[in-house]
Amino acid sequence: MRRIISILMENEPGALSRVVGLFSQRGYNIDTLNVAATEDPTLSRLTVTTKGDDRVIEQITKQLNKLVDVVKLVDLSEGAHVERDLMLVKVRAEGEVRDEIRRVTEIFRGQIVDVGPQVFTIQLTGAAEKLDAFIAALEEGAILEVVRSGVVGISRGDKVLRL
Amino acid sequence: MEMLSGGEMIARAIELENVEYIFGYPGGAVLHIYDALFKNCKVPHVLVRHEQAATHAADAYARATGKPGVVLVTSGPGATNAVTGIATAYMDSIPMVIFSGQVQSHLIGEDAFQETDMLGISRPVVKHSFQVRHTEELPGIIKKAFHIATTGRPGPVVIDIPKDKTKPEEKFPFKYPDSVSMRSYSPIQRGHAGQIKKAAKLLLGAKRPVIYSGGGVILGGASDQLTHLAKELRFPVTNTLMGLGAYPGSDDQFLGMLGMHGFYEANMAMHHADVILAVGARFDDRVTNTVSKFCPGAKIIHIDIDPTSISKTVNADVPIVGPVQTVLEDMLVQIKQLRKKDASLPDAGALERWWRQINEWRDKHGLWTADRFVSDGEHIMPQQVIQSLYKATGGDAYITSDVGQHQMFAAQYYKFDKPHRWINSGGLGTMGFGLPAAIGVKLAFPDADVACVTGEGSIQMNIQELSTCTQYNTPVKIINLRNNYLGMVKQWQDMQYEGRHAMSTYEDSLPDFVKLVEAYGHVGMQVKNLADLDGAMKEAFALKDRVVFMDIFIDPTEHVYPMHVAPNGSMKDMWINKHERTS
Ligand SMILES: Cc1ncc(C[n+]2csc(CCOP(=O)(O)OP(=O)(O)O)c2C)c(N)n1
Ligand SMILES: [Mg+2]
Repeated sequence: MRRIISILMENEPGALSRVVGLFSQRGYNIDTLNVAATEDPTLSRLTVTTKGDDRVIEQITKQLNKLVDVVKLVDLSEGAHVERDLMLVKVRAEGEVRDEIRRVTEIFRGQIVDVGPQVFTIQLTGAAEKLDAFIAALEEGAILEVVRSGVVGISRGDKVLRL
Repeated sequence: MEMLSGGEMIARAIELENVEYIFGYPGGAVLHIYDALFKNCKVPHVLVRHEQAATHAADAYARATGKPGVVLVTSGPGATNAVTGIATAYMDSIPMVIFSGQVQSHLIGEDAFQETDMLGISRPVVKHSFQVRHTEELPGIIKKAFHIATTGRPGPVVIDIPKDKTKPEEKFPFKYPDSVSMRSYSPIQRGHAGQIKKAAKLLLGAKRPVIYSGGGVILGGASDQLTHLAKELRFPVTNTLMGLGAYPGSDDQFLGMLGMHGFYEANMAMHHADVILAVGARFDDRVTNTVSKFCPGAKIIHIDIDPTSISKTVNADVPIVGPVQTVLEDMLVQIKQLRKKDASLPDAGALERWWRQINEWRDKHGLWTADRFVSDGEHIMPQQVIQSLYKATGGDAYITSDVGQHQMFAAQYYKFDKPHRWINSGGLGTMGFGLPAAIGVKLAFPDADVACVTGEGSIQMNIQELSTCTQYNTPVKIINLRNNYLGMVKQWQDMQYEGRHAMSTYEDSLPDFVKLVEAYGHVGMQVKNLADLDGAMKEAFALKDRVVFMDIFIDPTEHVYPMHVAPNGSMKDMWINKHERTS
């Protein structure tokens, strides 16, 4: 099952490599990975999506917790949460298809953030499935480049992950 | 405030941590540190002959004393040479602090002379690591390193120190912290009371219980607690390879080691148990055999300081995370209370039947039955060497070991009555561990008998340390079980490859070990006949202030038994000897 593990860790050099190293060392897979500092510059927030049965996920969370740089973590997929992925897509946009692309972008509530005579760059945010659906909706061959931020997430309600 | 250079800070911090010995080897990147040690440091430094030996010696010092081992090596090859020893310590959860030199900060990343990304290379085999970015951070980092290495589940911690951070002319205020507080690291102090009570009840309801204890009991200083608990309940106890000595080996309730080369009675008892109390053990694959067939009828209570050890390979019915010492204490209190209420617990009749069954197993193929090995009265069997060693040392020596058949014979036949006495590389299985380990132990306990049980293969992996023995006067005894083979490899080739001995023999290339050790200034002995064994052993240990190398020719055809049937075998599936198996 797909899980979203969100980690608060020391913003120290080497911390990220310990987390990533743990996954490869122990044979766990990483589907997406996102990391950046938080409002507290001494802490960074890392979000990783992974797949595995309950036993594997339990080991992953325990092993992550054991890393000295990891302060706290939560498996967001255990409760109600909001998840977002940001995508920038550069598509071929010439002639009639320009309108077609504009329409699809609108349906998905995306934005065209850069316009050229032959290309559009579209920005889209949402849950990962929505971004997948958008890609599927575009004409085959239209896509020139895709870049995604990886999933970030946060629990719903007043549950927080902080010190 | 006192002003010190980085090098001086390290020297001072090591003193303040009450370090007894630094094991190391100098080189360019650590010369400032060495100069500071030379000028002003009360802690003696032991110069080994290879950095791997420094880590093993420090590691064994830690295993024997319970205090952290300290290592100092230079950058590049010094650091990489240390890695095998760091990994060895990591796998067995041994507290160690490794200071490794690094090229100057401004050269990092430029493939400078003797530059290695030590943090990267050691990352999978350390508990934690630091790189010093500002000299002022050094006292705090060192304090944290010792704290992390020695608390919770212990392990090695690397401090990578760029040379420019130790410059003698750059001084900074030095204040060594009294304590450590880290928001991201706080090992659990106490087990969950509710879980402990649940476990106590389960134990008291058991009809076929076994206590399965591991290295964590020794690391956690819980041998007494374990023994009290076992005695209170009159439950049988088995130890892992790493746990030997945690429960007295000569006690009647002791079933011996379990696992791949465990005692028949221990493996049988485990397989048929209805309740297993696992303490500071981690259900290693060398213990469980095929996990899906592991102890099918057993409810499992698992106590460990490290949550990742619990339900990693075998699911625990009652998991208890906490220090084994206090958890066992709390458990004993609970058990006594429960028994006050109901004195009929545990079921004495059931326990009686269980012991009768265990004793039947003991009589059938137990380790101490007469037919475990066959001696022709003339040639020496490896088991007899360990028995002779046991006699000569009154069962009270520190025994270090290398890796192979000799290691298993030592583990099986030397009955360790005390913790910290059996010093071997269990998790990584590092050949070459034994001799430097013996040096580390002998330095910690100069008056104790220290013997290294080894094979002609393993000893040659760090034999250069004979020279370190000379320099620091560490009169250890080296018991070489000479079978002229990489014996354990040969055993597997005999059993699984139809006796094709691919590269497991040295042909006629072995050195004359007697001459070799004499060249280092030590005493060499050759023993070829059983009749001479006990006498020679006595003679060796009578030479209190000499290193003695006993080259003992043993039957090269002997295998280690019992041996788990693999693949797809369970705990109870064992080869008992070359021809018989249990199932
Ligand atoms: C560094 C290292 N390399 C290889 C091995 C694999 N190995 C395990 S036991 C063994 C043979 C050891 O031979 P020896 O030291 O003579 O001991 P014996 O088994 O003959 O008693 C080998 C090669 C190992 N454990 N460690
Ligand atoms: Mg051999």
